[in-house]
Amino acid sequence: MPSNYPDNFGSIKGAYKQGCKDALAIPALILGFTYMGFGALVSETGLEIWHALISTGINWAVPGQIATMELYAIDASLFAIAAAVALINCRLMPMTIVLMPHIRNKTSPRIAYYFLSNFIAVTGWAAAMKQCPRLPEEQRLPYFAGFTIPLWSVCMLSTWIGFYLPDVLPAEVTMGLVFLNPVYFMLVFLADFSQPGRPIALVLGAILGPLTFLVTPDWSLLITGLFAGTIAFIFSEYFPRNKKI
Amino acid sequence: MSELHDFFTPEFMAPMAALGVAAAVTYFWRGLGVAVSGKIDKDSALFRWVTCVAYALLAGLIARMILLPIGPLAELGMGQRAGATIISLAVFFLTRKNLLAGVASGAAALILMAKLGPL
Repeated sequence: MPSNYPDNFGSIKGAYKQGCKDALAIPALILGFTYMGFGALVSETGLEIWHALISTGINWAVPGQIATMELYAIDASLFAIAAAVALINCRLMPMTIVLMPHIRNKTSPRIAYYFLSNFIAVTGWAAAMKQCPRLPEEQRLPYFAGFTIPLWSVCMLSTWIGFYLPDVLPAEVTMGLVFLNPVYFMLVFLADFSQPGRPIALVLGAILGPLTFLVTPDWSLLITGLFAGTIAFIFSEYFPRNKKI
Repeated sequence: MSELHDFFTPEFMAPMAALGVAAAVTYFWRGLGVAVSGKIDKDSALFRWVTCVAYALLAGLIARMILLPIGPLAELGMGQRAGATIISLAVFFLTRKNLLAGVASGAAALILMAKLGPL
């Protein structure tokens, strides 16, 4: 039993349990309401419960799911949906690359990582990045799985509940739940504002997103991402990161 | 089972195609991340550029969802959505970046303004 790790949940089973415990707190609360909002949004878009559940089931990550629904609602082409979702979710690749060294162990088969990568999304990723490096190697993947799979299950349940909310709740409350999505992520990104290039990318993106949408809804995200992202990148490369905010 | 028949209508299958495409491109990134993990230097310029693009995209999408939403939020005025956003931001920073407080107050403010009209 290695003792040179700050945290130890005793066993692989203990790591699963602790991950589950950590997830079924504030993360599950916020994501639960967020996904009720998503379920309501799918319902308001005029789609069926199966569409809502399949989206959360196999495409779990709020911004991409919302984009899919909203782009579908404005009759975007399949190519535009694929391009937009691909560009929104391209962050998942670097996120996966950064997380992998912290959850990898010598015994788990490769297929386990290919399967569990489906559960990499902002909330579970942030939790695993914080906790997993502090754990003995064999407890890391169990902690990540224990955190994200119950969290995903809560999202599935919330999607299902949320889908039927527009019929039951006053329209104002549904609006509030739908509103949770963009506000939650706005605050998530504001909370983590300090990395080089990030403030410029976020501010410029926030300005360009709505403006380009007025001109060309289909290509708005692509233009915004490439243009604002590249400018932010150039600025962050040009000005050295000598300050830590 | 008559319900099974309903699954193969264009109304059901067209969104499924969109969801399938979205899931495929999403998994592409996750799977690729697993495949190349350990081989890409996360301090490289390419990595930083992709990060900037991702954040710009997200910010653009989020701002657009707040200011020019599709769906139920579109029924509200710009003032109500902007007002709720400002309240959410104010509470977030006043509570030392408490996510729960910021999100809850923003949603509550929006619900109240939707019921009572803009402040």
